[in-house]
Amino acid sequence: MSGFSLLEFIQQIINGLTLGSIYALIAIGYTMVYGIIGMINFAHGEIYMIGAYVGLLAITALGLFGVDSISAILLATLAISILVTGSYGWTVERLAYRPLRGSPRLVPLISAIGVSIFLQNYVQLGQGARDVSMQPVLTGGWRFGPDDGFQVYLSYMQVLIAAITVAFMTGLTLFIARSRMGRACRACSEDRAMANLLGIDTDRVIALTFVLGATLAAVAGVLVSMYYGLVNPFIGFIAGLKAFTAAVLGGIGSIPGAMLGGVVLGLAESFASAYLQTEYKDVVAFALLILVLLIRPTGLLGRPDVEKV
Amino acid sequence: MSLDLAKTPIAEPAAPPLLAVRNLSMRFGGLLAVDNVHFDVHRGQIFAIIGPNGAGKTTVFNCVGGFYRPTTGTVALDGQAIDHLPSHRIARLGLVRTFQNVRLFKTMTVVENLLVSQHVQLETRLLPGLFKTPKYRRAEAEALDRAAFWLEKVGLLSVANREAGNLAYGQQRRLEIARCMITHPKLLMLDEPAAGLNPQETRDLDRLINALRAEHDVAVLLIEHDMSLVMGISDEILVMEYGRPIATGDPAAIRANPKVIKAYLGEE
Repeated sequence: MSGFSLLEFIQQIINGLTLGSIYALIAIGYTMVYGIIGMINFAHGEIYMIGAYVGLLAITALGLFGVDSISAILLATLAISILVTGSYGWTVERLAYRPLRGSPRLVPLISAIGVSIFLQNYVQLGQGARDVSMQPVLTGGWRFGPDDGFQVYLSYMQVLIAAITVAFMTGLTLFIARSRMGRACRACSEDRAMANLLGIDTDRVIALTFVLGATLAAVAGVLVSMYYGLVNPFIGFIAGLKAFTAAVLGGIGSIPGAMLGGVVLGLAESFASAYLQTEYKDVVAFALLILVLLIRPTGLLGRPDVEKV
Repeated sequence: MSLDLAKTPIAEPAAPPLLAVRNLSMRFGGLLAVDNVHFDVHRGQIFAIIGPNGAGKTTVFNCVGGFYRPTTGTVALDGQAIDHLPSHRIARLGLVRTFQNVRLFKTMTVVENLLVSQHVQLETRLLPGLFKTPKYRRAEAEALDRAAFWLEKVGLLSVANREAGNLAYGQQRRLEIARCMITHPKLLMLDEPAAGLNPQETRDLDRLINALRAEHDVAVLLIEHDMSLVMGISDEILVMEYGRPIATGDPAAIRANPKVIKAYLGEE
């Protein structure tokens, strides 16, 4: 085991951060919805899956039209996927959750599981149940280290994932902190009845939350389909579960918590695959969740939930 | 006889009351929490509801503010029936309230609390917000000016950027009043505004409520236990006991009313 060097350690950090970025993007969708309506949107993984499909289809279509500039492909794909996936997020909230507002907590949860099953089968019908793959859009990278030993590999795609993730998270953070609608979002997440009393249209704020969550899931989907070049209708399940874990790990309801939770989870998985065995990565991820919940039930950055009178 | 005095304005069509509560009753299962309450609040008036604990004062408030739907009876603001409207619609019509246990957005800053309550007046379409158009910036600057005006008024300008949850209790109460006033209400309802305040803070509150009425043309409906405050500022007082109104009148008449004395001090 002494063969593991500093360079290999750095490699795992790079891989972990890449994976963690994706988890964090999806986790924000869980945490924002929970923060405002106190519901776990179990269909969010499927929203991400749809984002990945739309991304892959868009890239393929752009290729057919002869677009070959990488930045043009990237921007167009992100825009298309955000638009389509965002409207899925809006529609799901409108049809499956809003009519259930005010019903017991379990009811929307069951509805969410129903939506998740529906979307999985809907995509299977439309796109087939098999893996869909495509040519990688962005290849290559940098190598560091001795010529005869272990070399750290940092692909362009990994840098792109990190850069886009940071850009969108900064955008979201500024939006929530500075803008008028962001202020309304924070007010709703603290005391929705009071916000309503002050005349804020809380239904609109909730819809916006779902669209923002779907937007980030679409970004994650596009990045993943570009990174692995492969999607199938079932990728939403495990990714959704991991992102949910990340959200709980960081403290559900907290946006910085979801970001931190995603990165911690990504790193933990990456180290587990390298230093134990690849098969252990899920074990480590969920063991970490149990550990955090035992020691710090509110998650890493969560605030204790004060009972509202 | 004070009861009749309170009702005289109803007969005059020239000055319809700002708030008219008629035959209001509220039943929770077997408990009749409010039993046939009847009163008017006029423009610029400070009207207090007092009574021992459990008299049903807060229930009256909740019926008027749209939190409860009254079992029977009507509530009208400016001639418009509001007893079946949701509370945010009532708020937009100009009736706002504070709570017995202060309900601020505790993790937001003091000034943000005042900006959030102007949300309705501000344009909230998404795109101007994302691109910060000049119109958006101007509206935002004006909202900030109004917030500063009210913070000055309630003496909180120096703590504008503190988290609301970290303020002293008296400051939180004043912020809650400012948050109501910034929406230009016609009627401000205060649920035990002096609860938990020290005598100095209570005197400040007294002055503030009077200033609001004088300068901002707002009527005030309040529930209060602090008799020095109530007797000092109220134009008219409604006394309740066991859900029923037992007396209405000006402070002097209430102080002299044997029924009120009995309700507060018991027999003998």
